[in-house]
Amino acid sequence: MPLIELKHVVGGYGGAPILNGVDMAIEASDIGVIVGPNGAGKSTTLKAIFGLLRVTGGTIEFGGENIANSLPDKLVPKGLSFVPQEKNVFTSMTVEENLEMGAFTRTDDFRPTMDWVYSMFPVLAEKRRQPAGELSGGQRQMVAMGRALMSKPKLLMLDEPSAGLSPRYVIEIFETIVRVNKEGVGILMVEQNARQALAFASKGFVLAQGQNRFTGTGPELIADPEVAKSFLGG
Amino acid sequence: MDELIFFINRVLISGTVLGSIYALGAVGVTLIFGILRFAHFAHGDMMTMGAFVAFVLAAAMTAMGIVTPLPAGFVVLPLAMIITAVLALGLDKGFYAPLRQRGAKPVTLLIASIGVTLMIQGLTRLIFGSGTRTFFDTESKDIFRIDMSWAGGSRPISITEPQVIMFIVTALIVVALHLFLTRSRLGKAMRAMADNAALAQVSGINTALVVRVTWVIAGALACVAGTMLALDVALMPDLAFNIVLPIFAAAIVGGLGHAYGAIVGGFLIAFAETMAVFNWTAVLRPINGLLPEGMALPANLALVPTEYKLTVAFVILVITLLVRPTGIFKGAST
Repeated sequence: MPLIELKHVVGGYGGAPILNGVDMAIEASDIGVIVGPNGAGKSTTLKAIFGLLRVTGGTIEFGGENIANSLPDKLVPKGLSFVPQEKNVFTSMTVEENLEMGAFTRTDDFRPTMDWVYSMFPVLAEKRRQPAGELSGGQRQMVAMGRALMSKPKLLMLDEPSAGLSPRYVIEIFETIVRVNKEGVGILMVEQNARQALAFASKGFVLAQGQNRFTGTGPELIADPEVAKSFLGG
Repeated sequence: MDELIFFINRVLISGTVLGSIYALGAVGVTLIFGILRFAHFAHGDMMTMGAFVAFVLAAAMTAMGIVTPLPAGFVVLPLAMIITAVLALGLDKGFYAPLRQRGAKPVTLLIASIGVTLMIQGLTRLIFGSGTRTFFDTESKDIFRIDMSWAGGSRPISITEPQVIMFIVTALIVVALHLFLTRSRLGKAMRAMADNAALAQVSGINTALVVRVTWVIAGALACVAGTMLALDVALMPDLAFNIVLPIFAAAIVGGLGHAYGAIVGGFLIAFAETMAVFNWTAVLRPINGLLPEGMALPANLALVPTEYKLTVAFVILVITLLVRPTGIFKGAST
């Protein structure tokens, strides 16, 4: 049984649906990457999973249960975590407090998880007492990922984690994502840097107009001449 | 020396009393703004409501023949705070929460809060009449006089017992609030939600709980501030409605959404007001001897006549908005 399975998901913000039947299945060992043109419903798919917009059709099964239209405070304890693209840190709070907020739903001792996050991002350990708003873009992205990891998720969803970062940080963030995945956390992410992200994706989804257009492993999609021509810029 | 004692009595002590009241009111306004993003205009009336709750409890205690060494108004304060916090939760549930659920804009909530203001004032008048009442019908206000003759002063520094207790209570509340916001999980969640509500939701923070806690704190602090105001002056239905402007000014000057800013802003506005209406001739009189023949200080050298005290808060507010729109502590500007 897959970790999460979307079956023909339809949904939107109230008007015409943006998602017109999205299908997806991710295992705990997978890195899933969603690519596609602007307005294809990539971020919308993540938000639909996370209960941030209304799902009007289809099912989203997580751990064998339909979680469509559940709210984040119910989803986080179940093992889902989401890193939004923008405004994804509490700027006025310290790095450590940001991480603590990620563990809000936990009742057990989260110190070990915090140490694990710090081992993943050593630079954050150095800056733990600094307000997150004072950090650079790349470091903020690390805080955002660290915050999402604090709830010990089974599935980590990231909305364009490399957006606006310098090439050096893009590589670092992607490497971290692979490392997190190796520790048993399923990944589902949306990426603009399609080629680069698909290169390490075990599942790739090309969306267009709110529907799946192509599905395959990342390298398969890169090799597919039609995908390359229409969606990866030749 | 007498001039200094006069200054301490008239500016330092009254400014601190007023500052405590403004600060506690402004903290509530700023927290509600931070979490719910609307200006809670009825905050002054929540203070008045709290003062009346304390008044009823104190009267009941006196009627039962319980005599305490402290003024009754302070003894009943913890219970009055709890009751006012529950009433504040009720106000939210009855009036603001239904609007939020329908996705009302902040301005709609602001107007609703003006409605709540009128309602609370109307109800207070209906139940208690529009007259002025005092907590000190049956007990006297003790006044401490610190003799200053050792320093060559002919007058004592005088401070009332309620004022002394007010300073202590305010200090305790500020420390408790600080510890809550920086040490407790829920306090941090409150700061997180004020910082970025969408991300707080995504993090799995129970935002409905944070909203409830905000009303509890705002209600409890409003009760303390209102009761202090009533103990220092007198109790009437429009008691705190009259100071809603300086309280909002304090919250904005301090930086909206920022609790420490509200405290600083409260004392800043209070001291500015107190010093603006203070008759400086009383302190500067010794200079008269230095002035040339035929020149003397005018009898009244106050910057602003007492009846225009409110303009001081306005002026500071306008200057802040012009020079530093986000306030001293860089609060939210929207």
